[in-house]
Amino acid sequence: MDFILLSILKTAIAAPVLLGTLAYLVWIERKVLAHVQLRMGPSRVGPHGLLQPIADAIKLLTKEDFIPSYVNHVYYWLAPWLALMFAVTAISVIPIGPIVEIFGVKTNMGQADISIGLLLILGLTGMGVYGIALAGWSSNNKYSLLGGLRSSAQMISYELPMALAIASPLLIVNTLNLREIVNGQAGYVFGIIPNWNAVGGLQMFSFLIYLICAFAETNRIPFDLPEAENELVSGYNTEYSSMKFAAFFMAEYANIITACSVATTLFLGGWHPIIPNELGGQFIPTLICFFFAGVLFYHALNPARPSDRLSMGVIGAIILGLGLMFQVPVVKDLAQPLFWFASKAGFLIFVFIWVRGTVPRFRYDQLMRFAWLVLFPAALLNLLLTAFVVAAKSN
Amino acid sequence: MDVILFTFFALVAIVGAVSLVLQKHPISSALSLVSVMVALSVLFLLLGAEFIAAAQLVVYSGAIMVLFVFVIMLLNAGAERESRKGGLAQFLGLPLTAILLVFASYVITQSMSNAKAVKFGAFTGGGPREVGWELFTRYLLPFEVTSILILIAIAGAVVLARKEID
Repeated sequence: MDFILLSILKTAIAAPVLLGTLAYLVWIERKVLAHVQLRMGPSRVGPHGLLQPIADAIKLLTKEDFIPSYVNHVYYWLAPWLALMFAVTAISVIPIGPIVEIFGVKTNMGQADISIGLLLILGLTGMGVYGIALAGWSSNNKYSLLGGLRSSAQMISYELPMALAIASPLLIVNTLNLREIVNGQAGYVFGIIPNWNAVGGLQMFSFLIYLICAFAETNRIPFDLPEAENELVSGYNTEYSSMKFAAFFMAEYANIITACSVATTLFLGGWHPIIPNELGGQFIPTLICFFFAGVLFYHALNPARPSDRLSMGVIGAIILGLGLMFQVPVVKDLAQPLFWFASKAGFLIFVFIWVRGTVPRFRYDQLMRFAWLVLFPAALLNLLLTAFVVAAKSN
Repeated sequence: MDVILFTFFALVAIVGAVSLVLQKHPISSALSLVSVMVALSVLFLLLGAEFIAAAQLVVYSGAIMVLFVFVIMLLNAGAERESRKGGLAQFLGLPLTAILLVFASYVITQSMSNAKAVKFGAFTGGGPREVGWELFTRYLLPFEVTSILILIAIAGAVVLARKEID
């Protein structure tokens, strides 16, 4: 019973945090894109538009849920929730920290710690395509259908190089359990360079191939052909409105979080710090927080607007407290791994948004040719070379 | 707990299988098959065959059935019309099915009379490591022969597709 109780408790903590992150990812994406394009981004609702996600949620919840008369009702209703369900459940097997002990209870940070973690993520994200394909088909609209078809073709094509790219670091770490994969990357070469899969050697290419495929799997620019606005109106979600439409968006962001978390665990050493703790790695989170607090205090002392004197000072004090929290003995064991995992995954998510602001969309035939004639052979060659290296080392 | 989970997912599998046959629309049939595959993968997991459960999910419901749904959507197949029912099939269908099921369950209970009930977590030899070890030692020849068979099938598909283009 302890296990069930603990799982419920962890889910009760993780689910609201995840949903909040999904909502605020929209805000972060809009802000980053705006600054890439020299705009301000959302700035009306709350300071710096910080309450925008809440306003969006209220709008989407209260909006009329219009269902066109010509759709296939069962699948039209089922599709967005299928997409969201598989996208969110895939996150449950990702370990965000080591095994910790809180109040005498020993538990792993993360929901489930299973021996086939990585395969389960591949399976669940593969199931996510049904949501999009069904949405396109049941909408009974040729633009939606084209979007759904493109999405399924694209996901099948890009799943192959992605699986091959994942397979080559697996040859090195020799396990499918995500926790053991992360622990296999612990330690430092020459005591300073992190022993991550993505740092040095062939696995850099695996990391690159995986990242490119992740863009395609999550339907992001430059591979967002399923919802190419200037060809397909809005693709598979053209006929959707209110919460069903929001479910597709939440599924897309949940998929991005999953893809970035998997990249972090497989290639970037999970929760291990970038500099060894003995050389001061454990002080980095505190120093970063102190830096930002210093910037905010500077602006509080030299305010551009009269209101800045209070707001900048208060937020600066909060961040200062956050920085001190990383050194409190009990909280430290929990907060430090979380910080490293979140900052690595967060950086990758930032790269996703950055690419969206920089790279134009592919044409459909280019997308397919790139997958089959460039990525697939490259991933295969990478796997073959890795296998040779591993075989040579073991002999 | 084992019994509840087993009963639930076995029921899902059976209902999905019956619905696969009864549905008029090909998309509905394909999705019923997906639900059967997912329920089967959970049953494998309950038996302790972790790797096979994951493979079932990744290969069957994640790849093959997506391809099925894709083709059905691409051809834009509509609902099937009911064909004229053969008189013989109408009368003998259900009794023959019942006889087959009884016969099959009799054979299975006879051949495995000393089988014990499975408990969740009792069998731990179904992980990726064990399956891989068996595949590359004891079953190496069947494994390689199967891979050559698949290679021939792929070559055949390429040849057929090329003929269509010319």
